[in-house]
Amino acid sequence: MNRRWLLFIPLAGFLVLAVMLWVGLGKDPSSRDSALIDQPMPEFSLTALDDPTVTIERADLLGHVTLVNVWGSWCPTCKDEMPQLLALRKAGVRILGVDYKDTRVDARDFLNRFGNPFELSAFDPDGTLGLDLGVYGAPESFIVDAQGVVRYHHTGYIKPDDVKDTILPEIQSWSSS
Amino acid sequence: MLIDVLPEYGVYALILALALSLLQAVVPLIGAWQRRPLWMAFAQPMAWGQCLFLSLAFVALALGFLFNDFSVDYIANNSNSALPWYYRLCAVWGSHEGSMLLWSLLLSLWGLLVSVFSRSLPRDMLARVLGILGIISSGFLLFILLTSNPFTRTLPAAPAEGADLNPLLQDPGLIVHPPMLYMGYVGFSVAFAFAMAALLGGRLDAAWTRWARPWTTVAWAFLSLGIALGSWWAYYELGWGGWWFWDPVENASLMPWLVGTALMHSLAATEKRGTFKSWTVLLAICTFSLSLLGTFLVRSGVLTSVHSFASDPSRGIFILALLGLTVGGALLVFALRAPQVKSPVSFGWLSRDAFLLFNNIILLVMAITVLLGTLYPLILSSLGLGSISVGPPYFNALFVPLATVLCLFMGLGPLSRWKRMPKGELIKRCALGALVALVVGIGAPLMVGERPWHVSVALGLVLALWVAMTSLRDVVASALRHGLKGPARLSRSHYGMVLGHLGLAVSIVGITLVSNYHVERNVRLNVGQAVEVGGYRFKMTNLADVPGPNYQATRATLQVTRDGALIDLMHPEKRFYTARRQALTETALDAGLTRDLYVALGEELDNGDWALRVQVKPFVRWIWLGGVLMALGGGLAVWDKRYRRPIRRLGEKPS
Repeated sequence: MNRRWLLFIPLAGFLVLAVMLWVGLGKDPSSRDSALIDQPMPEFSLTALDDPTVTIERADLLGHVTLVNVWGSWCPTCKDEMPQLLALRKAGVRILGVDYKDTRVDARDFLNRFGNPFELSAFDPDGTLGLDLGVYGAPESFIVDAQGVVRYHHTGYIKPDDVKDTILPEIQSWSSS
Repeated sequence: MLIDVLPEYGVYALILALALSLLQAVVPLIGAWQRRPLWMAFAQPMAWGQCLFLSLAFVALALGFLFNDFSVDYIANNSNSALPWYYRLCAVWGSHEGSMLLWSLLLSLWGLLVSVFSRSLPRDMLARVLGILGIISSGFLLFILLTSNPFTRTLPAAPAEGADLNPLLQDPGLIVHPPMLYMGYVGFSVAFAFAMAALLGGRLDAAWTRWARPWTTVAWAFLSLGIALGSWWAYYELGWGGWWFWDPVENASLMPWLVGTALMHSLAATEKRGTFKSWTVLLAICTFSLSLLGTFLVRSGVLTSVHSFASDPSRGIFILALLGLTVGGALLVFALRAPQVKSPVSFGWLSRDAFLLFNNIILLVMAITVLLGTLYPLILSSLGLGSISVGPPYFNALFVPLATVLCLFMGLGPLSRWKRMPKGELIKRCALGALVALVVGIGAPLMVGERPWHVSVALGLVLALWVAMTSLRDVVASALRHGLKGPARLSRSHYGMVLGHLGLAVSIVGITLVSNYHVERNVRLNVGQAVEVGGYRFKMTNLADVPGPNYQATRATLQVTRDGALIDLMHPEKRFYTARRQALTETALDAGLTRDLYVALGEELDNGDWALRVQVKPFVRWIWLGGVLMALGGGLAVWDKRYRRPIRRLGEKPS
């Protein structure tokens, strides 16, 4: 019985990994379609990050187009995303930050350190809203229109180019309609 | 003047080192293949020469830093004339190019040590080992010369002043952390080279493992120390009070450590019993591959910032090609030449062999867990699903149960005999230890603790005690049987094992207690105000501006009292580094064996108030103390008599 092929398994595993690293080198993270597009934003009720007595609900989103950004202080990619979010806020975009599976202290530290782009900051320690939104991790962003309908989904971090190329045009198109 | 052209001499030395390492890679390997003694004898002088020229290059760069030669890009970007001289020296490895040079220098140093201390090796084995090291070395030297030359100049318009070293790195921790870590990373190349030499030579007997064991243990000890130092540095320097963040850089060092631990134990089984032959070779390849992968992940920027990387993809592609050739080539050789026949020796499911194998698998699963978690963003993005990180929630959920099982078997291993262990005997040997661990582990937090009893505290303590009791059992048993002479008869490597296992137990105690019982408060204080945290009273008595060599600092003075008695005066600082225009928190620590007091100065608020983060961290030092014990255990194991015997024999009968 020839079982030498078993010894090729590590090599095969490594080749798969190498291909992924290769692709990862060249590729830009792209967006993935969400099942929530054109569906109403899920109902939620979370406490505010800086004040456990204040609750933030879906109703708070109505009336303006909002960028919902799911993040966490534990997420290195989120750190890289902060400058883009700050730029968006400067451009007048209302951003709801959903602090995902985090602790208040770490999150506040993070925002003190890298800047706070969020007009509204919700604290989601158990990831309940994240689950309803179907996020895989952080960061992910959603554009919710003034009627509370999810219009756009961005997986992964918002690159500097994305701010002008996709996020701002999307927000403008849903503001005017 | 000589000093003006030092960088050119540095490049020249690098090129010479590359030439020598290419010769070291090619000639001895062909010599070993065609059995030509003269060709094989090439290996040693080449290894020495390579080490010499790399040392010269390193010294050239260090002198450049010392004399503030800002015409060299790397120095201009990472140093400043106001930087104290010792930080200027450490800035040599403060960034990418210099750390690659340090990597290569240490690699050549390991090669030198192998060629000096392995005179008892068969000639063809030594030729192959040094040849493999030469291949790796050539790859890294090519990488340095082609993509990351630390000596590149900006001439004629050299900047008058440097941009300064990243303030985070201006710290005693940086002086020792990277060299330790790299000694570990690079050291695993020796185990790798031995494994490859054994594969190529077709001699996969116990012999190669006996030679490879001390090298692996030393590398592992350095890596343990490096990881502990890194964690300690992050703790006091980043100002968050965390000691492990699961960030890609930390994970990159943890993965080789986990697999290296498995390798160390598997080598023991192969040497003593002839079991797991192919498995041990595979682990040796994996350990070094993960060290290389770690270098790739940290250096290519593929995980943290896609952007900085896209602007300079040549480095990433080069390291990936290097990784592909070394690891792919090694795994191919493994697939073609590893012994296919199952090892003839058999063992029962209750035996030291079985427990070692089981823990080997758990360690590997842990490493794969870390690997997947670290590469998750990359995997998703290569499947076109976007770039996302998973964080501590993922790692903690998987690591705690895995570590629990690991500790259970870790206790059983040292108690059992090789090959077969009767069930009754095993139970008899571990009953007392298990009983003590359970009673004390569950009881102690009830008796002593001022905080509520918690199941995770009890679990952590029970596991730590179990590991400690079982590893000490042989020492105690021999003392009971033979009096004082008993423990003296046990070998040094046995005590190495005991110390290593005790080290892990100590770390577990630290991790358990600090994770569950730490207290932290973020407060707003002005001069004269006080806050009470965890039974300690912190009163801010003074705020002053203090100038530093290359920064401006605001320093607070806090008077710490407990029940009215003065404990310490603490001085946290907020520093502003002028050259980089970067603010940094310098934490104040009152360190102790049972608790640390930790104060970090945050932001200045309105009307002179400052935001402060005050923490009481029980037993946090134990985490690093455990790491130091583990490293000492490794050192003790290598100090064992049997490793010195062959050398002495050579000395008596010079051949």
